[in-house]
Amino acid sequence: MTGLILILLAGFSVAIFLLARNRLVRAAATGPGRLHSRPKYHAAHAAIWAAVPALLVLFILAVAGPQIVTTITWADLPSEAPTMEPFRSQFQYDAEALARGGTASAVTYSEGQLQALNAHAARIESLSGRIRLGGLAAVVLAAGIGGLYAWSRARPDFRARNAVEGWIGGLLLACSAVAVLTTLGIVMSLLWESLRFFQTVSPLEFLTGTHWSPQIAIRADQVGSSGGFGAVPLFVGTFLIMMIAMLTAAPIGLMAAIYLAEYASSLQRAWIKPMLEVLAGIPTVVYGFFAALTVGPAFRSAFNGLGGLLVGGPFNDLGLYLMGVQNQMALVAGIVMGIMLIPFVSSLSDDIVNAVPQSLRDGSYAMGATRSETIKRVVLPAALPGVAGAMLLAVSRAIGETMIVTMAAGLQARITANPLESVTTVTVQIVTLLTGDQEFDSPKTLSAFGLGLTLFVVTLALNVIALRIVQHYREQYD
Amino acid sequence: MDAPTIDTRPSLGTAARSAGGEAGPVKIRTRDVSVFYGDKQALNSVSLDMADRAVTALIGPSGCGKSTFLRCINRMNDTIQGARVDGVIELDGEDINVRSVDPVALRARVGMVFQRPNPFPKSIFENVAYGPRIHGLTSSRSELQDVVEQALRRAGLWNEVADRLEQSGSSLSGGQQQRLVIARAIAVDPEVILMDEPCSALDPIATARIEELIDELRQQYCIVIVTHSMAQAARVSQQTAFFHMGQIVEIGRTDDLFTNPKEQRTLDYITGRFG
Amino acid sequence: MTDRPDIRAAVARRLQQRHAAERRFRLYGMVAIGVAMAFLALLLGRIIEQGHSAFVTHSITLDVPIDAARIDPAYPQGANYDQMVATALAARLNADIQNPEVARDLRDLLSPDMGFQILSRVREDPSLIGQTVTVEAPVGDSADLFFKGEIDRATPQDQRVLSDRQIGWLDQIEAQGLVRAHFNWGLFTRSDSTQPETAGLLGAIVGSALMLMVTALLSIPIGVMAAVYLEEFAPKNRLTETIEININNLAAVPSIIYGLLGLAVFIGWMGLPRSSPLVGGIVLSLMAMPTVIIATRASLKAVPPSIRDAALALGASRTQTVFAHVLPLALPGVMTGAIISMAHALGETAPLLMIGMVSFVPGVPESIVSASSALPTQIFIWENAAEAAFHERTAAAILVLLVFMVIMNAVAIVLRRRLERRW
Repeated sequence: MTGLILILLAGFSVAIFLLARNRLVRAAATGPGRLHSRPKYHAAHAAIWAAVPALLVLFILAVAGPQIVTTITWADLPSEAPTMEPFRSQFQYDAEALARGGTASAVTYSEGQLQALNAHAARIESLSGRIRLGGLAAVVLAAGIGGLYAWSRARPDFRARNAVEGWIGGLLLACSAVAVLTTLGIVMSLLWESLRFFQTVSPLEFLTGTHWSPQIAIRADQVGSSGGFGAVPLFVGTFLIMMIAMLTAAPIGLMAAIYLAEYASSLQRAWIKPMLEVLAGIPTVVYGFFAALTVGPAFRSAFNGLGGLLVGGPFNDLGLYLMGVQNQMALVAGIVMGIMLIPFVSSLSDDIVNAVPQSLRDGSYAMGATRSETIKRVVLPAALPGVAGAMLLAVSRAIGETMIVTMAAGLQARITANPLESVTTVTVQIVTLLTGDQEFDSPKTLSAFGLGLTLFVVTLALNVIALRIVQHYREQYD
Repeated sequence: MDAPTIDTRPSLGTAARSAGGEAGPVKIRTRDVSVFYGDKQALNSVSLDMADRAVTALIGPSGCGKSTFLRCINRMNDTIQGARVDGVIELDGEDINVRSVDPVALRARVGMVFQRPNPFPKSIFENVAYGPRIHGLTSSRSELQDVVEQALRRAGLWNEVADRLEQSGSSLSGGQQQRLVIARAIAVDPEVILMDEPCSALDPIATARIEELIDELRQQYCIVIVTHSMAQAARVSQQTAFFHMGQIVEIGRTDDLFTNPKEQRTLDYITGRFG
Repeated sequence: MTDRPDIRAAVARRLQQRHAAERRFRLYGMVAIGVAMAFLALLLGRIIEQGHSAFVTHSITLDVPIDAARIDPAYPQGANYDQMVATALAARLNADIQNPEVARDLRDLLSPDMGFQILSRVREDPSLIGQTVTVEAPVGDSADLFFKGEIDRATPQDQRVLSDRQIGWLDQIEAQGLVRAHFNWGLFTRSDSTQPETAGLLGAIVGSALMLMVTALLSIPIGVMAAVYLEEFAPKNRLTETIEININNLAAVPSIIYGLLGLAVFIGWMGLPRSSPLVGGIVLSLMAMPTVIIATRASLKAVPPSIRDAALALGASRTQTVFAHVLPLALPGVMTGAIISMAHALGETAPLLMIGMVSFVPGVPESIVSASSALPTQIFIWENAAEAAFHERTAAAILVLLVFMVIMNAVAIVLRRRLERRW
């Protein structure tokens, strides 16, 4: 139906376009210089006015229409509908699904409830139909008015090109605003869902609680829930893996960048840089596979073997422990994540080190310093703020990384500093909570949004600080 | 071409200001020095002697190879990929343009001051202490402090910074920074100081102070200064060499060169016909 | 100050250890680069080693009598074709098909695909009931691994996935010449399946292609337009600054957050279909947009101002200058940036998991609104699967993904070389 409207609208615009152009071409035939703008601009202007108002109305209808239907019918729920959430909302949801011609969910309703459900669905359907009809009329009206306005402006002295360029400018601005809209969308959706979560679980418990066991009541009449939403173990796990990753990536990445910036010949650079780009371009799911199927088993057998050697000696207990170590350990996820971060750290640091002015290096060489002395005593101290910013960005990346930890770390929420243990992170839990069986609006799935909000806030803070530092550093040397 | 003998009579123009003193024997002797950057030739067979305890000025229009020549003397062209330096460069009779001479050790004997002041992002104290530290010249903190104080005094900066040695080097004014850099260079007591247009980024007052300083320093060091300003060359130097298009056109006592140049090109440059 | 000769001596004393320190430092740098390269080689090497075997598969050809007694002609799909196939195999191996354990072990060596093929043939031509048909189908996943030499006879039977008896049968099958090895076309012509031997990437590849189409159609025009605005038109005011800060931050937001956005807004609020290339494409385009914008701005910056000045001086309007003169000159850089952004989007997994692409999707998606899978999510799903045969397929899927990405990057680089102008 929407498709048909769009096609008709397109046809209408094209028609207006041609009519306007013809009118103006005829006007131009009476001599150049009478037209302000070329006919194509007039035609475009007319077509824009014919199409855009109607499209706007259509868009509003598509977005707001279902909301209006939901709001009106929600206020009018039959008495047989369940009274407790989330089952009440599920009832409405199912009625809307039925009205659309789909099927209801697997929730079991009583006979009386089923009848009420169907009746409600029928009401929804008829209301939707009426709104659609009204909307159609509005669209036609908008197109008509727009078309009339466009026609009235199809005169030689009208500054069509300026008008059209104004529209283009507006379009460009709108495209730029998409970025702001995206941020707004992220913030709003995370906040919205998180607030619903925080109605059930207090933010204090969430941020300071140490028991993470996200389960909720299964049946509507089950009183109370046995579960915990204390996210501290997740924060600890995230932090532990991030530290291991940074301990791997920072020294290697920074040294690699120093070598590239200060020592490598252009031939060497020509080979090494692309290879680092390749490493950077490998999708994280590949790293996750590598961690789970190669690094994990390798580390496990190494530790098991080491444990076997220690058993029976003075470190017997340690040996027994090592023999029991499993595939999924924080060390594996951390090291593989570090490998993934090496090209990131290296490329950022490379830019930063290169930004240090050559005059400082020359001053140091002229004093008789070797290259390594110059780097250690002059270049690195000068580059320090920028490198710090780069490391912060890497930390932010490590915290937000999902696939490697999902495939290589575990699901055990525990508070530990032992890298040989299996831990879980914020991102892993978000994935687990939202890819299991979907319950509608339960605190369990909403907690994922709470975690998402926390993650967003932390990475945003890190990014803002880091980008500021790097910007300030760059301004110093430009 | 044979290098002309060096006239060590003090220049007439600087008689009023010069603390005087005779120039010493030849400190640096260069023969047929050519420099290539890849395929491009920047310097063509330059031969020039520079005396100890005197200032030699290198003048000429931009891009004529003066700075390139200067950088040969402390092997700074080594740091540029693809640069090749041919010819003999003797310091105290020993050729330094050979692989067996370690540029690191050489640069403790030949210091350099650049066009734009380039203090390190460190404190004033640490800037001056840089040379002595990396070369391991002092064995105690107090010894280092003495060295730093002496260098700052000689550079004429001590009175202005004695109470704020821990402040950053970049917190000083342009002229002060350049004197700081000079102090840094002389903290290792070099034998030669190379200066590449040291005053071009400074205002006239700071320039005058630096020129005074150069005049004092020349009593102890061999100074080679590249300058765009002929007036400056006339003020501070005893000997001047005129470079043009990668070659030396004329060498002579500063006064003689400026009042009675032997070459037409020299005359044209001095009178402002080009450059 | 100490005398100069003393200074020279002090300098000389230190020289050796300073140069040694220099050599060590340089070595550290080379080691760091070497380590990074080694990781890359290890990663790729392991994946190639694990995945190359998946490109070959084994198929078995059997003559299967279609037992009329077991089929109701009105309802052919009710018959147990797997049993018929196993019976045919048992006949060739002189095995006792009546023994239920034997029957189960035999069926284990085969794929249900053979039974499906027979069923579809019977449906097409019911006259086949009672006759014997020749069918070729993949062997079971464990049998396939055995023929590739992945199953070691030496391991004790209870730790092996195939029993001694089964291995004996497989030897017989091979000896009778019923099996042939061939390129695993099925990997590219079939879609996902619960049986490893019939699992393929077609659905995932089509899904990814549809998604990338949506991503490209959304992120490239909008991103380029936004970059043009910010670079050429925007006045230096707070609004512009805000937009720029937003873009820089969005480029660094973790990808899973975009997935949450997609789940909450596009699926939850707007009601778009879960797990569809449409939603996946929209989410990925929001992720790709900041990088497209940044790359386009860089290309626009590289066009010298003299071009703009010349056009304006001739009386062109701002808009005409930008669209008719500047943008065409910046196009190579823009295209390169766009292609590289698309290559990145191809490999994204986490946001797709959020919007539901984690479930089993048999078949090929029909449109951008049907449930679909994508290459990276398919890799994730297979990685979690229990059967050992999925390991090699996961690695092979990774290789396919990497090849696509390499091709896209290579196209971008070639385009840049060809069309680049040096100012």
